[in-house]
Amino acid sequence: MEKLKHIQGSIVSIPVNDIDTDQIIPARFLKVTDKDGLGKAAFCDWRYQEDGETPNPDFVLNKPEYQGASVLIAGNNFGCGSSREHAPWALLGAGFKAVISTEFADIFRNNSLKNGLLPIVVDAETQQQLFSLAEEDPSTTVSVNVEAQTLTLPDGREVGFPLDGFSKYCLLNGVDQLGYLLALDDAVQSFEADNPQRVATKA
Amino acid sequence: MTNNGRPRTLFEKVWDAHIVREQSDDSPAVLYIDLHLVHEVTSPQAFSMLRERGLQVRRPDQTIGTMDHSTPTTPRNELGIIPVADAMAAKQLDTFTKNCSDYGIPMYALGDEHQGIVHVIGPEKGLTQPGMTIVCGDSHTSTHGAFGALAFGIGTSEVGHVLATQTLLQNKPRTMAVNVDGRLGEGVTAKDIILAIISRIGIGGGTGHVFEYRGEAIRGLSMEGRMTVCNMSIEGGARAGMVAPDDTTFEYIRGRRHAPSGADWDAAIASWRALPSDDGAVFDKEITLRADELIPMITYGTNPGMGMPIDSAVPTPENETDFNKKIALDKALAYMDLRPGQKLLGKAIDVVFIGSCTNSRISDLRQAAEFIQGRKVADSVRMMVVPGSQQVKKQAESEGLDLIFREAGAEWREAGCSMCIAMNGDQLQPGQYAVSTSNRNFEGRQGKGGRTFLASPLTAAASAVAGAVTDPRVMLAGLS
Ligand code: SF4
Repeated sequence: MEKLKHIQGSIVSIPVNDIDTDQIIPARFLKVTDKDGLGKAAFCDWRYQEDGETPNPDFVLNKPEYQGASVLIAGNNFGCGSSREHAPWALLGAGFKAVISTEFADIFRNNSLKNGLLPIVVDAETQQQLFSLAEEDPSTTVSVNVEAQTLTLPDGREVGFPLDGFSKYCLLNGVDQLGYLLALDDAVQSFEADNPQRVATKA
Repeated sequence: MTNNGRPRTLFEKVWDAHIVREQSDDSPAVLYIDLHLVHEVTSPQAFSMLRERGLQVRRPDQTIGTMDHSTPTTPRNELGIIPVADAMAAKQLDTFTKNCSDYGIPMYALGDEHQGIVHVIGPEKGLTQPGMTIVCGDSHTSTHGAFGALAFGIGTSEVGHVLATQTLLQNKPRTMAVNVDGRLGEGVTAKDIILAIISRIGIGGGTGHVFEYRGEAIRGLSMEGRMTVCNMSIEGGARAGMVAPDDTTFEYIRGRRHAPSGADWDAAIASWRALPSDDGAVFDKEITLRADELIPMITYGTNPGMGMPIDSAVPTPENETDFNKKIALDKALAYMDLRPGQKLLGKAIDVVFIGSCTNSRISDLRQAAEFIQGRKVADSVRMMVVPGSQQVKKQAESEGLDLIFREAGAEWREAGCSMCIAMNGDQLQPGQYAVSTSNRNFEGRQGKGGRTFLASPLTAAASAVAGAVTDPRVMLAGLS
């Protein structure tokens, strides 16, 4: 995972509540055995016409003025549904570095943080302000300071957002969490010594 | 059982018993995982990561694999083989076989007599037991909570963590008691309970929480019914749902392949009896429903929270005071091509799907078969019955259920996820309506452009016969 300290980028909004992971990436794209090329499948069924290839000109991500946006503003409860980590992989592949909403589904948030995609929780008023900004002026940019946990709006207003210390450390330093767990092997061994195995799949 | 004299919930007891390292300001808790279920779709990138780093699977003997999501459910050929037509699916299945064999993980391959949907085979084999921590790269891992296990879905990075270390980093969730008092009426099932709960709290209502389902109606459910309820906890936003283990639980587990036996069984029962929440244990939230007020439920929209009693009318966006909800409802009705105020009863349908980890166990199939026996699936309807596992299929065939379905005009398939996720070619055509016993009615979930009404196996069977959305109680009343 690469270090993520600052994000400076233009915004695009999909003001729909409860965007589930089947919309972020439909299941038929889950037959891959790697993470490559998923960006083009992001929001596939909204983004392309019946043939799955011709861009749907009405969908916001296809509009020329929003090309290159790296911060997605979404409706409430983003990322509900399936546990597929293909959802953050697809969003990263499509060029996003952060998603802003009032709430994220638990597994999506976990998956995103493990891949360097930043889920930013804001209040409903800030979310509405961002929706309006994105619509009125597609060149609107915001900046994010991960260390300070702040989102800066074009009017200079700074909005704080929650981020647990551990995930923050991992993002800032570009470390993944597996290394941390591997280093706890002694503790795991002593746990296993104290607690008999509950079930043996090979038995 | 108390901790420093403080009464604890079922969830807290299981959580506390699996702490390798306590949660602190700097880091989440490190939780030990007793059982890790893996399948072909969410594991390949995790195994690749192990390879890149030269790591082993720490406890292959606490890991089990099965093929389910991208497997075909078409009947076997003359050689007894289920052919995989899709090249990408075939590659994914081959990759999974190699990964499991390279790392020594026992695995049920396509065609194996024990293969099936991951959440069906865990309980079926007696692997799922009270008090355990169970994870899988699949959000419906919540199913296993029916046994009083703490079971939840994880992402692929976390699959890698568990493969390599048998542990997981977790922030402690909050708890929510979901009380279902009273008794269910005739024709009303576990599926209707959970659809009613989700339509009440909304699909984000349980975010950050673990549910504990309690009350007379839950106690009165079979293990299969409890699994149906826990299965859809994630649809209410909760990663896990649990039911306190009791004699119903123990009787289900007794004698299964991986169940403890002899003196181990007695010891296990003793420890399982200590798991239920203590009197006075405090939940962070609580809601109560009355089972006797429930009737069969159906969804009308594009998420599982958009559900209603089957005789109700589709809500009117104009009446919605919350602007965002109004927009969502508008969008859902447009996708579903439904009018505000329209009744779903009598709405013509094209497909009925009985299957998925929510409702593909033997009791689901028995219920649907009993209903459909002596009746015919409407000519305009394609009905698919997909057993949750090869063992369920075998059991159903030994009881003649396959014949009942076939004679009625339904398709009887091999085991797998099938049209629940539409990865394997079993899918709706654009614009088609389905009554499905699965768990998600998201746009395109059952095939691009397809429209899903979620309901119980009984409602699905009744609707197949009528060719339209039907309240099973009406036909049941005709029987008696
Ligand atoms: S049956 Fe459906 S919900 Fe269950 S594991 Fe398979 S795809 Fe997921």
